[in-house]
Amino acid sequence: MTYVITGSCIKDDACIDACPADCIHPKLGALDFEAVEQLYIDPEVCIDCDACVDACPVDAIFADFEIPEKHDYALELNARFFAEQSTAERTAA
Amino acid sequence: MASVRERVAIVGAGPAGAYAAASLRLNRAEVEVDLFERLPTPWGLLRGGVAPDHQEIKRLQDTFDSQTLGRGCRFLGNVEVGVDVSHSELMRHYTSVVYATGAQTDKSLGIPGEDLPGSWAATEFVAWYNGHPDYRGLEFDLSAQRAVVIGNGNVAADVIRMLTLRADELERTDVADHALEALRESRIEEVVVLGRRGPAQVAFTSAELRELGHLDGVDLRVDPDEVELDPESRRWLAEEGGFTARRNVELLREFADRPARPDARRRIELRFLRSPVEIRGAGRVEEIDVRGNEIVRGDDGSLRARARDEDPETIECGLVLRSVGYRAVPLPHVPFDERSFVLPNERGRVLTPDGKPLPGVYAVGWIKRGPTGILGTNKRDAEETVRCLVEDLRSGALPPPPRSAPEQIDALLAERKPDMVTIEGWRAIDAHELERGRREQRPRVKLASRDELLAAAAGTAGGPADA
Repeated sequence: MTYVITGSCIKDDACIDACPADCIHPKLGALDFEAVEQLYIDPEVCIDCDACVDACPVDAIFADFEIPEKHDYALELNARFFAEQSTAERTAA
Repeated sequence: MASVRERVAIVGAGPAGAYAAASLRLNRAEVEVDLFERLPTPWGLLRGGVAPDHQEIKRLQDTFDSQTLGRGCRFLGNVEVGVDVSHSELMRHYTSVVYATGAQTDKSLGIPGEDLPGSWAATEFVAWYNGHPDYRGLEFDLSAQRAVVIGNGNVAADVIRMLTLRADELERTDVADHALEALRESRIEEVVVLGRRGPAQVAFTSAELRELGHLDGVDLRVDPDEVELDPESRRWLAEEGGFTARRNVELLREFADRPARPDARRRIELRFLRSPVEIRGAGRVEEIDVRGNEIVRGDDGSLRARARDEDPETIECGLVLRSVGYRAVPLPHVPFDERSFVLPNERGRVLTPDGKPLPGVYAVGWIKRGPTGILGTNKRDAEETVRCLVEDLRSGALPPPPRSAPEQIDALLAERKPDMVTIEGWRAIDAHELERGRREQRPRVKLASRDELLAAAAGTAGGPADA
C-alpha cells in the first residue's frame, strides 16, 4: 500500500519533516517547490507508517484503501508525478 | 534588575501573521507576541476567504490556534492599526512590528461599465458569503439567468462553485446565513467563465479544475475548438510546462469530449482567449462585450494574450464577478512600493526609500511578496522574515522600546478600544458559533455582524442557550 496526498494539500510542509522515508516531494528548497500545486508521496518509497497523516494540518493525506470518493484520482496522480519526473530526468540525461 | 523584555507586535492575524507568530514562538520562546487584528475574529482569509465547501482546509485554524494562542501569543482583535493605534505608537511599545496586512483590495479591469450595479469584485462576493462583517449589507442580484466570471484563478473557481452548488450542499457548510438565503433563491442557470489566455495558461490548480468538472448536477462545457492549443502554447507545454499545466490541458480535453447534459441543473461554460472590453446596461449590468485574443511570446519569453482584430461578441448577463487579482493598499507612516504594491523589503526587513533597513519593522505574507502562492507558501515566507527578526534581536540591533511594559500598551488600548476582543472574547465567539452549528448540523454558524460578534465576545449575546 501507500499513503496519498489529495488536492486539499496547502503545502504546509509539516509532512516532509515528519516522513521518515523521505518520500514526499518536492523537497523544501527544490526548484519546483513553489511551482507545484501540492506535494506528492512516492508510492515506491512510502513505508506506510502514517506519520504524514498526523502531521497534515488539513487532513489531506489518506491510505490508498480509504481515499474519499471525491479524491479518487489522487492515487494515480501521485504515482504519475514521479513517473513523469523520472522520464524527464532520463530525457535530460 | 528585570531582564529587558522583547515584545513583538504582529499586525494582521491572517495566515501570514499566524505562521509568523508560530515561527517566532518556536525560534525565540522568550519573545512576547501580540497579534493585532482589525476584525473581532482571527485567521483572516482562512475564515473569510477559503470557500465554505472546503471545510477540511479550515481545519488549519486548529494548528494556528495551538501554535500561537495556545503558546502564549495574545490576540488583540477589533483594533485597527493606523486608525485606533498608530505605527509610531506601536514602535514606542514594541521592540519590533511585523506587518501581515495582506492585500486588501482588488485589481480593476480598467474597462467602461466596470462600476455598474451588478458588476462586483469577486472578493466582495467572497467576503459576503463568508460572513465578513463589513460586507454583510451587500445585495447581490441573483435573479438573472446568466452570470459572467472574469478570471481563471482560485478565487474564480471558488465563486463559480458557490454560484452552482445546490442549496442542500451549501447548507452543510458554514456559508453566512444571509448568503445562504440569497443563494437558495438564485435563478442563475449558467456561469460563463472568461480566461484571458488559453487552456495551457489557466491559473486554476488541476484539483480546482477537476472539482468544477465533477459538481453534482452541473454540466461543465468547454468548446473542443477552444482547447486546441496554438503553436506557441503547444511548444511551451512540451518544453517548459509543469505538471499542473499538462494535467489541466488533459482535463480540459476530457471535459470538451463529454457529451452535453441537457438534464443538468446548472451549466458552467469555460471560454478561453477572451477579454472583456465593456460592460453595459441601463442602470445595471445587462450585457458584456468580449473580444478574442491570441497567444504571442513576449520579449521576456513569457506567453501573453494579444487582442485579435475582430468585432467583439456580446454576452447577456445580470451579474459580473471580476476576479483578476488582489492588490495591497499603503499603510500610514510605513514605506510603500507604489509599483509593486508591497512594503519594500529584503527578506522581510522593511526598507526605507534609500534602501536601508528600517530598524524594527518587518513584513510577511502578501504585503511582503505580493498576492501569490497558497496558504502554505506563507509558512516559508514567515520563516524567512522571522529568521531576520531573530537575527536582529540576537545581534542587539533592536533597542528596547521606551514603553516596554505590557501594562502600558494595555492601558492605551483600554482607553482607545474598550471593546477590544481578547483571546477570551474570541473563545466565546468561537464557542457560540460552533454551538449554533451543532444545533443546525452545520460545521459552524457564523455571526456576521460586528455587533453580534462583539456581543458574543462580551458574553452578552442572546446565545443559543436562550433560544
